[in-house]
Amino acid sequence: MTLELSHFSAAVLFSVFASVVFGVTQRNTTREQIRYGLYCFVLFAGGVFVAGWAMWVLRH
Amino acid sequence: MANSAKSTATETQKAPATPASPNMSVIAPAVAWLIPGAGHLIQKRWIRGLLLMASISTMFVLGLLMQGRVYHPNGGDILDILGFVGDVGAGGLYIVTRVQDWGHGAIAHATADYGTKFLIVAGLLNFISMADAYHIAIGKKP
Repeated sequence: MTLELSHFSAAVLFSVFASVVFGVTQRNTTREQIRYGLYCFVLFAGGVFVAGWAMWVLRH
Repeated sequence: MANSAKSTATETQKAPATPASPNMSVIAPAVAWLIPGAGHLIQKRWIRGLLLMASISTMFVLGLLMQGRVYHPNGGDILDILGFVGDVGAGGLYIVTRVQDWGHGAIAHATADYGTKFLIVAGLLNFISMADAYHIAIGKKP
């Protein structure tokens, strides 16, 4: 069985799993963990968009 | 000055984390390495353990399904050595993969390289999970 994800879906999945682990391990209380996990996810996903547009600008 | 007094007061208000048995500081990281998330589960951190187990295991399995490459022990290129260090962090998942001879990598798929990165990062995240299990065991984290 082979899984062929698009670049974007692979990046989103990566962001979700990494953010969950960061949130759980880097903060103490449940509320802080959720907030930090979401913060990491936004940075990961936002980074993908910024990098994507940066490459588009360089290409054009 | 006022800030430090305030932060000290805040720290003293937090419930102190109770250290587990001395053996747990060795057992928890070892179990956490072997089975991602299990270091938290044996310390009764059920939700955290299950979240870590689901995230790390899913990431590793997705890496394999994406035809990622599993690094073998090697003494060659520095990037290959670091790749092995990352992969071996997944513990039991890495051992099963090697025993089953999975993870040869496929250059035919454009996303196979992402799979290789998923495998390495799953192992690295498990190292963080091990450190967290250790901090819980010594009472540094609630």
